[in-house]
Amino acid sequence: MCYPKLAGEVMGVSVNRYKCGYCGACVGVCPAGALELIETWIEVDNTCTNCGACAKICPVGALELVK
Amino acid sequence: MKGRYDVIIVGAGPGGSITAKTCSEGGLDVLLIEKRQEIGDPVRCAEGVGKDALKKHIEPDNKWIASEVKGSMLIAPDGTEIKMSEDASSNMKVGYVLERKIFDRTLAQKAAMAGAEVMVKTRAIGLLRSNGMVTGIKAMYMGETHEIKTDIVIGADGIESKVGRWGGIDTSLKPGDIETGVQFLVSNIDPGEYNKFYLGEKYAPGGYQWIFPKGEHTANVGLGILGSKSGNIRAISLLQRFLEIHMPQAKIVEMVVGGVPVSGPIKQTVTNGLMLVGDAARQSDPLTGGGITNAMDAGKMAGEVCIKAKEKGDYSVKTLKEYEDKWRATIGKELAKSLRVKNLLIKLTDEQLNQLAHSLKDTDSSKMELLSLLLVLFKKNPKLLWELRTLFK
Repeated sequence: MCYPKLAGEVMGVSVNRYKCGYCGACVGVCPAGALELIETWIEVDNTCTNCGACAKICPVGALELVK
Repeated sequence: MKGRYDVIIVGAGPGGSITAKTCSEGGLDVLLIEKRQEIGDPVRCAEGVGKDALKKHIEPDNKWIASEVKGSMLIAPDGTEIKMSEDASSNMKVGYVLERKIFDRTLAQKAAMAGAEVMVKTRAIGLLRSNGMVTGIKAMYMGETHEIKTDIVIGADGIESKVGRWGGIDTSLKPGDIETGVQFLVSNIDPGEYNKFYLGEKYAPGGYQWIFPKGEHTANVGLGILGSKSGNIRAISLLQRFLEIHMPQAKIVEMVVGGVPVSGPIKQTVTNGLMLVGDAARQSDPLTGGGITNAMDAGKMAGEVCIKAKEKGDYSVKTLKEYEDKWRATIGKELAKSLRVKNLLIKLTDEQLNQLAHSLKDTDSSKMELLSLLLVLFKKNPKLLWELRTLFK
């Protein structure tokens, strides 16, 4: 499910902050530990592997993979 | 804030606060941190809790009890109703629906009154380590980083727990190990006197949809679906559809979102100088999603082990393992049972669920608890439920 990161490829997820309910479910399923919930927003660090688990399980569909 | 404590607890939910209270009452120097500005808010919970399980920890108080229900009602996909535990005079579990915002704050206050220092808007951002032991945390408060030393760190940091991962415990959940949910607090309805659970693919694939009355014509109406079934369908769309069809008059006064671990017991919850409690330890029930009283039970156990560790002056796994052994022998056993039932239930079609409900036609289930109900179901439908044959021993 997780793919190795390729050099030069822009990876990550974008979070629609206007949709996000800041519940932290995405943080719990991130295998890389790349996400963090702070108050009312989600931060994504550069360890994201683009696996898509967070986007899949988001109850409101606020996350999207950035290829 | 001081530079050093006996125990630092990360997360001021029910698990964290009970750990803090237990440790403080045992004479330990305790810091309880909460990353949010407000303890208990925003809520990420359907707020249902078993009466007896709760009373072990706290005297019920109307300040944080929104309503008391007569029992539970399971509703099959075709609408067949199964009533459970309605007789309040029996010792069956009759539930409260909580006001978590007040409840969580009350528990934190109790920890504070017992002597714990409480800090809000304070987020753990890493662990301090020395000679293979966790020896403290790095925390951020108001944009500034602080290093705080301690003998034991308790990770009570919920579904999004980082403390375990920092300590080398892999707590990441697979999509099939999480229920992803949405709930509305709705007004202008008459929810009745039972907690209602709607089962079936059309309501909530791999989960259930619930209505928990909160008094005064309000209720928590929500649903959780298995993460592995989420994606093309979203919890929020299913809930919006349910409201349109079944409660067109309902007015939404609050929205709640959240994930519930349903992995069952994980392999490891302690390491040198660190223990995990509650949702962070994935101690929520895989079948019901209930996690409040499990977290409180675990918090008490963890707190007691902290006190022993302090007496011995040893904070290694050797001493902390007692917590792990204790919760596995109690909470862990229940989780494992629930996981088996959940794993079977998510495989059943709506037709099969209807069949199960119909098989109870001549059974008075009203005074039964879940396990006794399952046993009756098993006896009537052995082929369908064959996987559960060893559950009742």
